[in-house]
Amino acid sequence: MFEDGSIINELFIERLNYLIYVVLLLIGLHAMIAKNNLIKKLIGMSIFQTAIILFYVSVGVKEGATIPIYLPEHDPHGSHASHSDGNETEQSNHGPVVLDAELVKGYSNPLPHVLMLTAIVVGVATLGLALALCLRIYQGYGTIEEDEILAKIEGQEMGTKPSVVVKSVDSSKPATSQSAKPASKPKGSSSPSPKRSKASPRTKAKATSPTTKAKTSGAKPVSPKRKAAASKSTTTGSKKSPAKPKTAASKSTTKAKPKPRAKPKAKPTARAKATSTAKKATASKPKPKTPKK
Amino acid sequence: MMENAIAWILIFPLFGSVACAILGMGNKKICYPIAVLSMAGSLWAGIEALRQVIASEEHTISYIFGGWTLDQYPRGVGIEFYADILGILITLVVLGVGLIVAIYSKLPVQEETPGKEPLFYTLFLLQITGLAGICLTGDAFNLYVLIEVAALTGYGLIAMGSNRAAAATFNYVMLGTIGASLYLLGVGYIYIKTGTLNMIGIQQAIEANGLADSATMQVAFVLVGIGILIKMAFFPFHAWLPNAYCNAPTTTSCLLAPLVTKVMIYVMIRMVLSVFGVEFSFESTMWVDVMPWLVVVAILCAAIMALAQREIKRMLAYLIVAEVGYMVGGIWIYNYYGFIGSIFHVISDACMTLCLFLGAGLILRKAKTTKFDGLRGLFGKMPLTMTGFFIGGFSIIGLPPTCGFFSKWYLITGGMVSQRWEYMVVLMFSTMVMVVLFFRLIERIHLAVTESGENLGHGHGDLGLNAEQTRFDEGPLSMLIPLLVSATIVIVVGIYNQDVVSLIEIFLSDYNLPRGTGH
Amino acid sequence: MSAPEVTVIEDIRPLIALVAPLIGLIGIVWAGEKRRNLRETFTFLAAIVQASAVLSMVPLLLGGGIIEFHIWQIFTNVPLLLRVDGFGLLFACVASLLWIATTVYAIGYMRGLHEHAQTRFYSFFAISLSATMGVAFSANLLTIYFFYEMLSVSTFPLVTHMQDKEARTGGRTYLGYLLFTSLCLLLPALSWCYVWLDGGTVTMDFLADTGKVGEFSQTTQIILLALFTFGFAKAGLMPLHSWLPGAMVAPTPVSALLHAVAVVKVGVFCVIRVYSDIFGTEVLRELDGEDWLIGIACATILISSLIALSQDNLKRRLAFSTIGQLGYVVLGATLATDMGIGGSVLHIAMHACGKITLFFCAGAIFVASGKKYVSQLRGLGRRMPITMGAFMIGSLSVIGLPPLGGFVSKWYIALGALDRDAIWVVGVLLVSSLLNVFYLLPVAVTAFFRTDETEENPGIQEAPMACVVPLALTALGCFVLFFLSDPLLRLVKIIE
Repeated sequence: MFEDGSIINELFIERLNYLIYVVLLLIGLHAMIAKNNLIKKLIGMSIFQTAIILFYVSVGVKEGATIPIYLPEHDPHGSHASHSDGNETEQSNHGPVVLDAELVKGYSNPLPHVLMLTAIVVGVATLGLALALCLRIYQGYGTIEEDEILAKIEGQEMGTKPSVVVKSVDSSKPATSQSAKPASKPKGSSSPSPKRSKASPRTKAKATSPTTKAKTSGAKPVSPKRKAAASKSTTTGSKKSPAKPKTAASKSTTKAKPKPRAKPKAKPTARAKATSTAKKATASKPKPKTPKK
Repeated sequence: MMENAIAWILIFPLFGSVACAILGMGNKKICYPIAVLSMAGSLWAGIEALRQVIASEEHTISYIFGGWTLDQYPRGVGIEFYADILGILITLVVLGVGLIVAIYSKLPVQEETPGKEPLFYTLFLLQITGLAGICLTGDAFNLYVLIEVAALTGYGLIAMGSNRAAAATFNYVMLGTIGASLYLLGVGYIYIKTGTLNMIGIQQAIEANGLADSATMQVAFVLVGIGILIKMAFFPFHAWLPNAYCNAPTTTSCLLAPLVTKVMIYVMIRMVLSVFGVEFSFESTMWVDVMPWLVVVAILCAAIMALAQREIKRMLAYLIVAEVGYMVGGIWIYNYYGFIGSIFHVISDACMTLCLFLGAGLILRKAKTTKFDGLRGLFGKMPLTMTGFFIGGFSIIGLPPTCGFFSKWYLITGGMVSQRWEYMVVLMFSTMVMVVLFFRLIERIHLAVTESGENLGHGHGDLGLNAEQTRFDEGPLSMLIPLLVSATIVIVVGIYNQDVVSLIEIFLSDYNLPRGTGH
Repeated sequence: MSAPEVTVIEDIRPLIALVAPLIGLIGIVWAGEKRRNLRETFTFLAAIVQASAVLSMVPLLLGGGIIEFHIWQIFTNVPLLLRVDGFGLLFACVASLLWIATTVYAIGYMRGLHEHAQTRFYSFFAISLSATMGVAFSANLLTIYFFYEMLSVSTFPLVTHMQDKEARTGGRTYLGYLLFTSLCLLLPALSWCYVWLDGGTVTMDFLADTGKVGEFSQTTQIILLALFTFGFAKAGLMPLHSWLPGAMVAPTPVSALLHAVAVVKVGVFCVIRVYSDIFGTEVLRELDGEDWLIGIACATILISSLIALSQDNLKRRLAFSTIGQLGYVVLGATLATDMGIGGSVLHIAMHACGKITLFFCAGAIFVASGKKYVSQLRGLGRRMPITMGAFMIGSLSVIGLPPLGGFVSKWYIALGALDRDAIWVVGVLLVSSLLNVFYLLPVAVTAFFRTDETEENPGIQEAPMACVVPLALTALGCFVLFFLSDPLLRLVKIIE
């Protein structure tokens, strides 16, 4: 099965690095495109970039070669270097030595590694910037779920006209503030909010005060209508496998509600902390999930 | 200093950005002059470099940073800046647009992002550094770094806008990173095969080793190509562009819209011609059969989507997507005239897009909206602005003597030579769409009629507006003059297109492109 | 048509004729709405300068010379070149002289109706005239295309002058047709010639490259011919004519000068240029499929005349009449004989003079009485004798009765048809003249011989002098042209 030249041999033994890089690349790509949570997207992005780094590093590797630092026998300064006793000649030997083709074979290629240093720097910069963006998005919209952000943007575009989306977003506030924290568990039973006042300075309030109220309201913009719809699936869905409803939710915005339910779970634990920690809490959960696929 | 002109092109904005960041902490007011001055200095260096390039024997200048030698084969390691006529032309476009936008930026930046001027101008100048660097670098990996420099600063500039801008930027980050990473991956494959990252070195290696049929190189070509297409917002990958440009602050959209996509077109031309080589790109791949059709789809869809917009900036954004299709098409119809058209369109499209976005910024400032509904009577209110804006519009349509006509002329001629009728038809179609778009806009501004056809005034020029709304009220001079200058450039580049085209012809004479005339 | 022996003179006068309106434009804008007398003086001055520049070139041309002026190089081998030959000069004379008349008329009309935005009106009028001169003096296809587009765009604000719903509809039709044809039909045709003739070295010059198209295959030539003929949609050939009635929403001076003289004549002018100087009569005659173009031209003549019969709105009736008359011009060109082309060139001048008179009258009637429809005109002849008299003369000239200008041109077109042994074309000409009688004469007859019972005889109520004088002059011009036909024919080199 593993004889020379067979494809399996080639893939799994000789070029395992490359296989892994392709798999990682695809995982990352999938996460970037298909995931609904912005942080998960970022994780995907990191995986994506890491895959490329793995590829480059693999390119530089040679069998039996060592790190590209002068071996003792090649080092002009080292003890094994050919010492001539005269001081002058030693001086002249101090510059870098150009090794011939035969000697070079003993080292792995340093260039790809060096390139990857730059690429890593770029990747870190991108990640940092994207995280900052997430923070701003969270401050602005009170959520980092893509479909909810889209819904809110749409709602803002409608402007004063009370569309369904706007209502659902706005009503979430009074609903949660009244039923307070415990409401996050028995959501299905919570009655529709008495008044759908559209006076919602939610963006401001959330951005400034990391109070429990602000956070919970941001995390579950659950309209009465949606709650009713969601309640049907609540008993089956929410607890045991949050991954499943999530992927389904990313498809259609109306069914997107199972997701908020996943978050409140994390919320009570991280309730009083700053917003960034809350995000980390959500971020930490999906992490083990993705490689599993 | 003269002999280092190429380096100075980058040094001015790079150190300008540092100066903005440091000095801006003390005095915010100082950033604007720094930005304008460093752009002016950079432009001056750019013109000097153009002079040198034209004067040099081979019409190229190679500038090697850090004193590495690249003599041995394959053209080796080290950062080389390599300016040929194409590179330096596009660089000049970048710097010119940068200077105009820098001058224009004074008020919008103060008003839209108060207190963030140092940050803004730091990013602004870095963006220019990145873009100019892309045009000048002679190293494939270095190109990646510069693309990311331009992209990262671009993200920052866009995200300075509203919350929506932040959300839009996030998408841009995702797609941009995918694009750049794919490019990087492609470069990796190139490196495996050729052992060098220098563009000329790659070209030499491909020729010397007969790599045209190498599967690895084909993969590299596809990866690089897709990466660039994503970055330039070619149609199926355009999703990031409209939102990002619409919600960005005025100055940002004025800077990015004319440059980013165009510079990526430049990268594509560079890759196709100089890195992979004509033979590899066109003869040994099937892209030459596939791409024109993708272009057709791209232009069609982008034009139709532009038609559906009800807001100037968004409409312009989709127009950019359509124009990207033009230029990519010009490359892939694969002939001499197509390339002239593409390159000239990069230049002219940058000019006219700049003109339109500057105009849109002014309109937004005065009319408080860029929605079509709020524009009635603007001809009376700000005639100069509207004249400038519509000169840009006419150029997009392709009416002589604006530069848009000439680039479109060469593109059509290219389609004719290659007998790519589908490309020509779609070019005509999108031209008509642009006629509809801009004259619909003119109607909205000029006439007193609602969309559904009701008269708003009492005829005889009564627009149904009060005197206050039609009173002559132009924007501030610091914004108006850049607009008028850019409108003038649109016309001047059109009138003197011959000079530009002859430069492009010098560049293209090194490559063996089919001219295909005769019967 | 081009004689082999010509002396080429480098002269700046064509450029003066081109630029004079643009300089006038600066004055017009500067003077503005507040100083309207000054503003109209500028318009008038520009028109005078232009006309004198044009007229001063006539002796040179009659002496057998040709004037050229090189502006700048558009492409590597295609210059933006002005060249004055007899044909172009004739057209330029007509347009610039009639602009003077129209300027005077416009002052009366616009003030009489207290129109708004007169500065805009005069400004774009000046630009249009500049573009018209450009077309008249163009030396190659690209140059002509430049000015052609400039004319399309610069007339748009004039067509939509009223800024209301009708104006929008009219403007949309107008631009839709004109830009669609020029961008989608004309541009590919131009590009085609540019690319495929002699490996891209042909400048498409009207003098040097006549007949080069003959290198193409027959099919290609037919396609090109069709692209050019319909691409110049300003010629109003039948399937692409509806922009002209649509453009009648414009104020009457615009309809008069632009949509009876400048714009539409630019269209047919371009068509004649292409036929006679790009294809050349010989190539055209040998082209098999060329006959159907004659058919289309004849159909345009007949159908538009029939439609004109049914129109009650005076200006629309005149518009359809114009379409028919443009058909004559195209017909003369498609006949591809020297006589036919000469006839159509003459018809540009003759019809211009006649039709502008008619439009002036229609406008004068509107200014004086507010009437727009033929059925309202009863008894108007007594109230406006000069206007209606001029209308009568204009009608007769358009119908083509001697001793009025229209006769000469129709005569030559008929001669051209006989040269090609196309007797049926002569038949078409006769029938259409009869139709002209039916739709034009009743207007004057109603005005003079039918009285309106409801109204008392109010005495003479003419339009303002500024309106009446120009129309009287152009009516006189119809006579003069008849007697001037000899030098005109020499100018376009039909007779030596």
